[in-house]
Amino acid sequence: MGNLLNRRLIFVTGKGGVGKSTVATALGLLAARRGRRTVVAELANQDRIQRAFDHKGEQFRELELAPGLFTISIDPQHAMEEYLRVKVGPIGHLLASSRLFAVFAMATPGMRELLSVGKVWELAQLERRTRGASPYDLVIVDSPATGHGIGILRTPRTFAEIARVGPIAHQGRTIADTIADRRFTGVIAVATAEEMPVSETLSLRDDLARERLPLDAVIVNALYPRRFDARQVQRLETASAHPSSPLARTALAAALSEHNRTITQGVQQARLRDGLGMDPVKLPFVFADHFGPAELELLADALEVGLASLRARSCPDPEKPSSALPPPAGSAW
Amino acid sequence: MSIPHWLEGKHVCVCGGSGGVGKTTTSAAIALGMAARGAKVAVVTIDPAKRLANALGLEELHNDPRRVQPERLADAGLRVDGELWAMMLDPKRTFDELIDRIAPEPQRAAEIKANRVYSELSTAVSGSQEFSAIAKLYDLDRAGEFDLLVLDTPPSRNALDFLDAPGRLTSFLDGRALKTFIRPTGIGMRLLGHGAAPLLSALRRVTGVDLVSDLATFFALLGNMTSDFSLRAAQVQQMLTATTTAFLLVTSAQPDSIDEAIWFRRTLEAGGLPFAGVIINRVHHDLLGQHEPDDVSTALIGELGAELAARVAQNLDDYHVLARRDERNIARFATELEGRPQLLVPHFDDDVHDVDGLMQMYRYLFATEPERQKLLAEVVA
Repeated sequence: MGNLLNRRLIFVTGKGGVGKSTVATALGLLAARRGRRTVVAELANQDRIQRAFDHKGEQFRELELAPGLFTISIDPQHAMEEYLRVKVGPIGHLLASSRLFAVFAMATPGMRELLSVGKVWELAQLERRTRGASPYDLVIVDSPATGHGIGILRTPRTFAEIARVGPIAHQGRTIADTIADRRFTGVIAVATAEEMPVSETLSLRDDLARERLPLDAVIVNALYPRRFDARQVQRLETASAHPSSPLARTALAAALSEHNRTITQGVQQARLRDGLGMDPVKLPFVFADHFGPAELELLADALEVGLASLRARSCPDPEKPSSALPPPAGSAW
Repeated sequence: MSIPHWLEGKHVCVCGGSGGVGKTTTSAAIALGMAARGAKVAVVTIDPAKRLANALGLEELHNDPRRVQPERLADAGLRVDGELWAMMLDPKRTFDELIDRIAPEPQRAAEIKANRVYSELSTAVSGSQEFSAIAKLYDLDRAGEFDLLVLDTPPSRNALDFLDAPGRLTSFLDGRALKTFIRPTGIGMRLLGHGAAPLLSALRRVTGVDLVSDLATFFALLGNMTSDFSLRAAQVQQMLTATTTAFLLVTSAQPDSIDEAIWFRRTLEAGGLPFAGVIINRVHHDLLGQHEPDDVSTALIGELGAELAARVAQNLDDYHVLARRDERNIARFATELEGRPQLLVPHFDDDVHDVDGLMQMYRYLFATEPERQKLLAEVVA
């Protein structure tokens, strides 16, 4: 599999409500810790990530969230204007300032997606198209939660096929090839241990396989803690039959309720594991009043352990006997 | 304050909101409840969970509502005085049906459906789901067979996509944007006006000649149908702004969802779309109340011992943090709502994606206030 974080471009996909943006940012934080200059790109005009870091950023500007970690909110309109101005030459200026052209372009099916992915691609290049911009080591894309799988990943290839010739077709092909280059691009899926997200993740894996794109890792987010072992659960159940007070009854019911949810989550995790044929990376539920920088650091820590463990399991050392334990946290990649 | 109250006199109910907040189950529960009270209701779902789809009899892929057999509902313990119908939206088929209906002859319809631009538009492009959802709703409303139509909207990160996307697609289809550059004729393209020449040539250079000519072909095929799209768009707008239409917002208590909900409501208001209320799902309720976590340990230490009692106390405290967070976010939204109705639905233990979950949601949404308090007492965390 190779180091996920050694790629230059990572797409983070997943259904709505699973915490994709949060995971994408935590991943960015992890990469930045390792000295990789990273940008997390949000698509479709949402400045959620900037809000998690308590910034109120300007859209389409590369904003620094933490040392080495940047964010950008990609707006197809701005992406198009930038592309035209820089890439197409004088006539590009003409087009960029034409409102009519903008309406036409934005109305063309798939154009918005192509422009967004085009900007993402540009961010990942060693030579930036944007004047005066520094290159990034890693671009993490917080992909839109589309109803049907991989949407945005397929757009460049689709455009290349529709347009056939000309700059857009060429651009489409170039981007599509970059996405298909496994050393350059990684794709990960975020899910929660619930029925729909698991089903979608398995579907996504199939969709990706059809496009000959790999699913490099699956991250299961928001896992409730297993606070009680079987014996303790029994004791709680016994106690809840005759609670000593209303407060005791509530507390016991709440504890057992969470325990039940961990069972359900376990079932879904097993479904995911069996369906994928690989172990997902696990992230804990974060009980926090407000999801800010400290909570993201926590998630980044958990990701570090999880990804290291994934790597150890997928690239076992043939000399050593296989070990059930993951390598210690913080071990070098 | 209840769903029947919100939907009194309404024929169309649109359930908007971003993805992952339980919209589909909520839409189905609303439809179920109204049918139970004697209405003939159809729910249009977009992407239901398998078990929910099975429960509603949506295994076969029709693009029209089918009746949910009363026996299925009786098995779940529900007697329905009216009728519940359900369907799962097929965007491509909806587009095809639309073309079939407004094309001047079948030959033209076939040519359009075979066109590459059309096939992208009707399937892959963002906005096609939203567009077809509204198209389907409009058709069902016009047919007038149901007392109430409930529309589940497509899952997307941005709840506003539902309001934006159809408009974008419609203005593309009515050719407004393209007509400025190209007059589609039967033979090819003809430049329109002097000013368009450099722009058009630039367009060809940038987008590739084939794309431009494919689009011209597509619009040549559409011909006069483009004005039909404009007409429909106006009629759809009438339906959406009618006094017999209600927009319900479904959200969770997470800060991001609340932000989305606020934007969504403001956009509805700005567009003159009738906002009827908000349903906030997966709300964590305050279980600690006046007590401190230490009180919990104290209450349990005798029976469980110090360590186990402490863990149980920690558990309650953790969920108390979530309850406080939810409360704050909801309060923020409440000020935004200016007294407009909201309904808080607790975090149910089990997966709400099957019949039992549907029933649980329905019972809660349609309960009277005292009944709801009782149900709440049974739900924990």
